[in-house]
Amino acid sequence: MAARTEAVSGDDAALSVRGLTVDLPKGMERTHAVENISFDLKRGQILCIIGESGSGKSVTANTIMGLLPKLIPVSSGAIHVDGSAIIGAPAKKLRGLRGRVVSMIFQDPLSALNPLMTVGEQITEVLTAHGVGTKASRRKRAIELLTEVGLPDPELMYYQYPFRLSGGQRQRVMIAMALALEPTVLIADEPTTALDVTTQAQILKLIRDIQRRKGMSVMFITHDFGVVAEIADSVVVMEKGRVVEQGSAEQVLKSPTHPYTQRLIAAVPHLTGKDRAVREKASNETILKIEGLSKTYRSGSALFGSQRIVPAVKDVSFDLTAGRTLGVVGESGSGKSSLGRLLIKLQDSDGGRILFEGRDIAKLSESEFRPLRPRIQMIFQDPFASLNPRSTIGQILTVGPVAHGMPYAQAREEARALLAHVGLDAGAFGRYPHEFSGGQRQRIGIARALMFKPKLLIADEAVSALDVSIQAQILKLLDQIQRETGVSMIFITHDLRVASQICDEIAVMQKGQIVERGPPSQIFLDPRSAYTRELVAAIPGERPRDTRPIAVNS
Amino acid sequence: MRGFLLNRLSQSLVLLLIVSVIGFVVLNLIPGGPLAQFGLDPSMTQDDLNRLKEQLGLNRPLWMQYLDWAWRLVQGDWGHSFRDGAPVLDVIGRHLVATLLLMGSSTVIAIAIGTWIGIRGATHRYSVFDYLATVGAMVALSIPTFWFGLVGIYVFSLRLGWLPAGNMYTIGDGSALNYLHHLIMPSIVLALVHVAIWSRYMRTATLDVISQEFVKTARAKGLSERRILMKHVVGNALLPMITLAGMQLPSVLTGALVTETVFTWPGMGRLFLDSLGYSDYPVVMGLLMFSAILVVLCNLIADIVVAIIDPRIRLS
Repeated sequence: MAARTEAVSGDDAALSVRGLTVDLPKGMERTHAVENISFDLKRGQILCIIGESGSGKSVTANTIMGLLPKLIPVSSGAIHVDGSAIIGAPAKKLRGLRGRVVSMIFQDPLSALNPLMTVGEQITEVLTAHGVGTKASRRKRAIELLTEVGLPDPELMYYQYPFRLSGGQRQRVMIAMALALEPTVLIADEPTTALDVTTQAQILKLIRDIQRRKGMSVMFITHDFGVVAEIADSVVVMEKGRVVEQGSAEQVLKSPTHPYTQRLIAAVPHLTGKDRAVREKASNETILKIEGLSKTYRSGSALFGSQRIVPAVKDVSFDLTAGRTLGVVGESGSGKSSLGRLLIKLQDSDGGRILFEGRDIAKLSESEFRPLRPRIQMIFQDPFASLNPRSTIGQILTVGPVAHGMPYAQAREEARALLAHVGLDAGAFGRYPHEFSGGQRQRIGIARALMFKPKLLIADEAVSALDVSIQAQILKLLDQIQRETGVSMIFITHDLRVASQICDEIAVMQKGQIVERGPPSQIFLDPRSAYTRELVAAIPGERPRDTRPIAVNS
Repeated sequence: MRGFLLNRLSQSLVLLLIVSVIGFVVLNLIPGGPLAQFGLDPSMTQDDLNRLKEQLGLNRPLWMQYLDWAWRLVQGDWGHSFRDGAPVLDVIGRHLVATLLLMGSSTVIAIAIGTWIGIRGATHRYSVFDYLATVGAMVALSIPTFWFGLVGIYVFSLRLGWLPAGNMYTIGDGSALNYLHHLIMPSIVLALVHVAIWSRYMRTATLDVISQEFVKTARAKGLSERRILMKHVVGNALLPMITLAGMQLPSVLTGALVTETVFTWPGMGRLFLDSLGYSDYPVVMGLLMFSAILVVLCNLIADIVVAIIDPRIRLS
């Protein structure tokens, strides 16, 4: 099939959505999951649907696939995929379209594959379900597909189980499965969100390449403007179930007209390449000095062989000046979270020293370390899982300090003051975690850590679970707190763009080791190690030396 | 996989050792002891008792008795019953067949019906069927087995006369059909509770799997609901059930005491009760070890089966 990326007329739509409204059950925040939305996906194009969590973008995708749960019915509107009406079509017809005319790939490639079936079985199943080919021809086609999505050793891969594959490889299998019958429309629901940045770059390229080669139409759902800049031909921006803006990628990214789009684009963290200004009160005192720290995980039994040894942190050394922020950046499995856990002694290290204010805490026993614990605090990634759902915010904030000897009345006063400080009203004190949004909960998590007046804050992916606009607010809050209290921070993240916003210095970790360390300007503009270069190059929508499609300064 | 097996096997052996020590010590320390039954016999003098003790080696220190007993156990000599002098293994073996027959049939019934109810309850959640199954399971779990047994005997034996009220076979008629006829009621009564338990677990396990992403993937591929259920849901839902079966099977083999009593079924439960009554220590100890071995073995088998089915365990 020849590539047809250019010159399509309005009625030449592979997918058209007109006036779609999907109801939500009573008692929810809104009455509609999506309300009166219309857009077209032109043939041979990539349409990005972008929005924050709860914007209705996944509901839209599921409606097109006919996969909505019965609880949320379509109340009006029409959807046509390649000329076939979806809304109101009988289940049998929908089933015939799924996987053949329109297919879908999902966010988490681990849970999206059946753990008990081989890769080959799962791919040939699509062909079997639609009655295509013979057993031998289906197997041939599956191997062809595995080759096409760039998986190594397709003959062997055919017999592999998903758990043996990396996240990127699993997503390639998903793509192979979705492409099996050369569908007209491919819907990709945040397909790279769960992947590392270098893997994300590869998968984006794969999708783009295949789309061009086959002239396929792709509807790509994302929350990341970087990804949009990377692959979109046109963009639909959604907010709270409505389409607020749509147009060509260039138009929406360069000159957004709707205030929400403008806000969203402004909130996207960009590589600054500029170093953070040194605070006036900055001292030169070293608060934390790490020397040759290492940690090795062992699993299985030593007695009967088959033991797995994973060196998570290998001979890591660095120091942190008081009142400054060190970013620890790396992909999954790089050892950055293990490092964080070692520093607050949630885990014991195997070797090396952790000098906190000149004292080696690595060797301290739990009881010896306890008096020091308030001075090193942690902010966790998941603001939903890290707050006890059965405690009020007041209890969450005061229980720690009271246990360390603060009178309750004083703890309560300080908690109220802190809540105001992190931007919540004092009424939050008596409420429960479920009454707050993700961003608010993360503010509570920060307040909880600050209750101890710590010297050192360790933030482990503290903003990764948040929408970009919330992310920007939390980063601002952390910056403000550091300026006011002079707290030192170790900011662990997988996101280079976020790290560039808040860090004085960045350490890049790979396979348990720090491969490069330096100020953001060095890391982003003049990386010394090959791995850092690779990481920086993989950031979607950022080409520091290229002409960037968007020129927004944050 | 070999490391995993060796590991589990060594754990099992340690466990059996601990169970045997505790069982042996407790049984010998409780008031009475092995010779209590003779104490009530006026024709036995203290001298006779001492002589018996001497003969049976009961006057040696406990640890020596244990080592002696354990060594012979390992060699396959499980001692002799005090009641009729028959080897303990023979006594257990005789009753084991009856129990296996009863348990085998009731387990098959329980798993087949329980799995079906569980899956259907999960796929038709909150339907009338699901509601009735839930209520039914509660009823089956809360009413004691002997009551079901007695009601069954009253209705089907006394009133209708369709089924025999007890025993494993009619004396003089050893045909397979006769055995089957006797088997129907006790196995169904015994299966009731297990159907209830099994269906509840199966429903939960199925619901867990149905909400998994890969089921959505299967739908997105255009598979029929039937194929999704058979190929993607059931296999994954049965994984945790195998472990459950491994835990339930031994209790089924040893613990049908009530049912066996109600239907005068000559199985292991009855044997245990009778042996306790006669202070038949060798048989009680034998049964204890036998059930411990069963528990360990069934769990081991369940683990191995899970490992065979689940590639994540098998291949790593």
